[in-house]
Amino acid sequence: MAIPGITIAHAYAGRVRVTLRTVGELSVTAGLILTLFCAYLLWGTGAYTASQQLLLQRELAAGRIEKIELGGALAMLRIPRLGRGYEYAVVEGVDAEHLKKGPGHYPGSALPGKVGNFVVSGHRTTYAAPFNRIDELERGDEIIVEAREARYTYRVTSQDIVEPDEIEVIAPVPGKPDIRPIRPYITLSTCHPEYSAAQRLIVHGVLKQTELRKE
Amino acid sequence: MYAWLWRKLPGDTGTKLLGAVVLAAVAVAILWYVVFPLWEPAVTLDEVTVRR
Repeated sequence: MAIPGITIAHAYAGRVRVTLRTVGELSVTAGLILTLFCAYLLWGTGAYTASQQLLLQRELAAGRIEKIELGGALAMLRIPRLGRGYEYAVVEGVDAEHLKKGPGHYPGSALPGKVGNFVVSGHRTTYAAPFNRIDELERGDEIIVEAREARYTYRVTSQDIVEPDEIEVIAPVPGKPDIRPIRPYITLSTCHPEYSAAQRLIVHGVLKQTELRKE
Repeated sequence: MYAWLWRKLPGDTGTKLLGAVVLAAVAVAILWYVVFPLWEPAVTLDEVTVRR
């Protein structure tokens, strides 16, 4: 004969067990989903960039760049220090949608090779992470920008870590917003430290050589 | 939850296993191609520009 009190205790213990198991399963599932999301951020986003780069580079190779438009290709960027195969098509614009396609040129900053500051921002950890290793650049390293009309070779002059609102670094003369530029500069920016939005890593360079393209 | 799902899957153990793998693959695909792209803009671990 069942004693009512014990049956109730058993039923209660059963409910607790089911609840705990469900909570545990949901927690493990949430953990797996977050892990998968991290994998997506690091590698999944790169697939989009790769496909967009293919389109932009084809556009540049065909020489079809008549005018510069937001989201369109601007020039090829090569950095020999980061590998022989290091090349990205620079896109016009620095909004999220532009930077997903590749390194982006600040609209309004100087064009490649022109007097002023050619400012380019790129992702460091997501979307193919084009600027992941620009911290390895040293004074004198080449940054090559191949625009439609010429191939410009800049040389790295300095590297800096700044706060996100220190816009002086992208002034026409980097760091000196009140001075009129007389030379062509380049500035690369990305996030710092890696996986963080706390600061910005900045690499400055100055134009050393211009080779006009034969038409 | 998973025990309940396993009981609901039809067939013998082999068929159940196949069904479970297919379900998991569908879940991962929906996350990867639909949900994660929607989440991604909210994550600001890669802010690269300087601006005020």
